[in-house]
Amino acid sequence: MERIGNALVALGAGLLFGLGLAVSGVVNPLKVLSFLDVAAIRTGTWDGTLVFVLGGAVAVTVLGYGWALQRSKPFFHETFVTSTAKDIDLRLVGGAAAFGVGWGLVGLCPGTAIAALVWPMAEPALFAAAVVAGLWLGERFAHHRS
Amino acid sequence: MPTTFTPLAGLIGGVLIGLAAFALMAGIGRIAGVSGIITGLIDRFPRDRVWRALFILGLVGGAAIARAADWAPTPVFATSWPVLVIGGVLVGFGARVAGGCTSGHAVCGIARFSPRSIVATIIFLSVAMLTVYLRTRVLG
Repeated sequence: MERIGNALVALGAGLLFGLGLAVSGVVNPLKVLSFLDVAAIRTGTWDGTLVFVLGGAVAVTVLGYGWALQRSKPFFHETFVTSTAKDIDLRLVGGAAAFGVGWGLVGLCPGTAIAALVWPMAEPALFAAAVVAGLWLGERFAHHRS
Repeated sequence: MPTTFTPLAGLIGGVLIGLAAFALMAGIGRIAGVSGIITGLIDRFPRDRVWRALFILGLVGGAAIARAADWAPTPVFATSWPVLVIGGVLVGFGARVAGGCTSGHAVCGIARFSPRSIVATIIFLSVAMLTVYLRTRVLG
């Protein structure tokens, strides 16, 4: 029962996540680049949609986590698995900066790269493959250094 | 490169993303961080492959439903192929080294009030804005 529940939750959460990424419009890299183009605020052509996407997502997650994490355990698992890392180190800062350059160049992040795969175009496939290669490299690098 | 401001669609999509993060935590106790979930699938020592694969499968399914129902914009790319590859590698590498991406740090981490996630989000957001500025307003 626990294994079936676990599987259904993962599939259902993924479904909601994919729907959210697509419906919100962030699956379109041009929309993300348009948000990141803050110089457009002065000219009145800035697209601030991402403020609502992130704001809505964080607000619901704050409420949801507030309720869920007060329970003794999740419904279909023994424990909550959350990061206990506290250090604000060079790895966090440098990694986030590298991520920012890539995100600013293309306008897609790992989640939207996967969601964009359902459009039969070459660009999402190429970008997603590069992201997976980057994750693999990053995992080698992070493990080697720790 | 102006696109249309669509706050209602953005908010509905954001709420769906939040519900997904909530469901994954309440149901199986996991952070809905896409870069971490994929890494667990491709790692030398795969960690809990089943839920990770199902989450990614669901993500693709959700996007496919939105596309079929015409609820989502068609992605438009303003990027040449070499830049797509360089950007993708930087996104993957940076997310892994920083321990999360837009979903793991900017949504789930901020919602847990994690100082690491708040710092990571401020950095990647400002670096991305600077990148766009340099590329379109200075070099372009």
